[in-house]
Amino acid sequence: MSNSSWGNYLPPNQSVHPLLWRTDDLPTSRPLLAFGMGRSYGDVALNEDGTSISTRFLNHFISFNPETGLLRCEAGVSLGEILKFITPKGWFLPVTPGTKFVSLGGAIANDVHGKNHHRAGSFGAYVTQFELLRSNGRITCSSQQNTELFKATIGGLGLTGLITWAEIQLKKAPSRLLAAEATKTEDLTQTIELLTASLPAFEYVIASLDSSARGRKTGRGIVLRGNHLPEEERDNSQEKKYYRPPKFTVPITLPVSLLNSFTIKIFNTLYFYRQIVTKKKYVTHYEPFFYPQDAIGYWNRLYGRNGFLQYQCQVTTEKSGETLHTILQEVAAAGFASPITTLKPLGKKNTPALLSFPRPGFTLAMDFPHAGEKLLNLFQKLDDVVLKAGGSLYPAKDAHMSPAMFRHSYPEAAEFKKYIDPAFSSSFWKRVTKNT
Amino acid sequence: MKTIVVFGAASAIAQASARLWAEEKPRFVLIDRSVDRLKIVAEDLRTRGATDVKTITTDLSLLEKHEDIVQQIHTTPVAIYLVAYGTLGNQKAGEKDFAVARQELTTNFISVASLLTEIINDLSIKKATSPTTIAVISSVAGDRGRQSNYIYGTAKAALTSWLSGLRNRLVKEHPHIHIVTIKPGQVDTPMTADFKKGLLWAKPEDVARDIVHAIHKKRDVTYTPWFWRYIMLIIKLIPERIFKRLTL
Repeated sequence: MSNSSWGNYLPPNQSVHPLLWRTDDLPTSRPLLAFGMGRSYGDVALNEDGTSISTRFLNHFISFNPETGLLRCEAGVSLGEILKFITPKGWFLPVTPGTKFVSLGGAIANDVHGKNHHRAGSFGAYVTQFELLRSNGRITCSSQQNTELFKATIGGLGLTGLITWAEIQLKKAPSRLLAAEATKTEDLTQTIELLTASLPAFEYVIASLDSSARGRKTGRGIVLRGNHLPEEERDNSQEKKYYRPPKFTVPITLPVSLLNSFTIKIFNTLYFYRQIVTKKKYVTHYEPFFYPQDAIGYWNRLYGRNGFLQYQCQVTTEKSGETLHTILQEVAAAGFASPITTLKPLGKKNTPALLSFPRPGFTLAMDFPHAGEKLLNLFQKLDDVVLKAGGSLYPAKDAHMSPAMFRHSYPEAAEFKKYIDPAFSSSFWKRVTKNT
Repeated sequence: MKTIVVFGAASAIAQASARLWAEEKPRFVLIDRSVDRLKIVAEDLRTRGATDVKTITTDLSLLEKHEDIVQQIHTTPVAIYLVAYGTLGNQKAGEKDFAVARQELTTNFISVASLLTEIINDLSIKKATSPTTIAVISSVAGDRGRQSNYIYGTAKAALTSWLSGLRNRLVKEHPHIHIVTIKPGQVDTPMTADFKKGLLWAKPEDVARDIVHAIHKKRDVTYTPWFWRYIMLIIKLIPERIFKRLTL
């Protein structure tokens, strides 16, 4: 267990110490940082020269009220385990990111968002309380109790202490199936228009862009929209027809990346033309709808030993089309392409979090095989575009943001600093606060 | 309602097995050393569906307590007993100080033998006839002594032998009692948290699935994961003249 990050590009130099029981004390070494499922892409969950506290044994449920949908469990429980437990009972996660392999603690620490941000806000909005294990003791935090630490810990990147357990409010969803619609778009304007037009009638909205498309076709893609099936159409016995658990896992990290600009172009084109009709309506299980990438275990290994970086930024509603266009063109001009490019609308801030990524507008995410300097130069250019447009980068995905960019895009960080546990730190935090 | 008794209920393999059973809404009796840990496991199983969870906090390496524990358990017929406690002691310390080795042998073998004797004698006295399964976690380490962990291995070898003899005796004497010997390979649990993990390491969840399956299918001896049967077969076939020179 090296507790490395999903991007795989940085084997961290850190000691690993699992917390075996939630009643155990913190180790005495310093600095500390909790580590859940290792699905953060960059260094937000790495603790160079420190101790990484694995929460994988904190996997107990504590209580569930089937009437109110309040679920309390330990921080190492994954969203996938929660779904397996709650969906047969007619409940669902109020917010879910694009993978179910994240821990509850990680979902809180990164205040994750999903395809329903325009309706639901981010994960933190549904956290009712949690226990925080700090170097000076353990406390319970909620909107009534230890409010400041409650707000600082949600989206607090693990720096305020270790979350041992948390309670969340689930939402009712009688069926495990969704009514989905996939619509092809011809260019970025159409994509943005359709995403925006979908918000009132659809709970879940996301676009997958063809990042290899050039010129007029830049920003074309497939807009996926969906709603949970209503109660009268609940038919979980039909579930198997729509979903079979996948069995394929990438067994080892390959020496070189299978994903290069050539294969990515083929992949993108195939993905775009797989759907022949402009608009396809279908019923689907929640697994392929929310977690298409979870179908291949350890897909990050496809990027080889050098790993990969993700660029996920947020751009504000005004001039979003222009900004996104510039970003996509910069990527194309630099000769890069991303196998998976997603564009999601973000609604207004709905979370108690002090530090939180989502702000009204759009969020664009692109994956790139790590190509060293050349890629970082591109990121530098993209950062300038994002900053000028008043946007920000997502810490859970980031591995390159400069201290200046962090200060600019997260002014709340100055206030946040007060709540950091002096015994905790992270590689990310050291990087973005360097020389300040 | 089915009653399932778990000795060493806070161990990772026991917890993972109990979670699988919890979906059938049984009644659990959990035995372990720590009150705090038992409380955590009990809450977890209740939330996951168990109808009732009773906990008994005790140190099973103390043989004098076994009679009383068995009396506390045997208030209703038991469908499954899972014996999952044990320690992976420090081999080097046991080589230097026999008291350490003796403690290791007591916990992993003597106490289990004592406990099984109490359970079976009490079932005899009560003339119990409802079918019951006693599943005991031994180890592949008991298949052949190796320099790296022969104290633990010896305890598990004795345990495997005891179970085999007991099974043989019970077939005629108490045909409703079924004995399952479980031999896990290397499992990624708190007990082995400090070990470097390789390809052969299994997750407690995988081992638990095999245990539940073996009990359901009334297997006698089961290796988990399955490939350990063949690894151990090869290891057992190596002539001692060669084996003694190997570092395994």
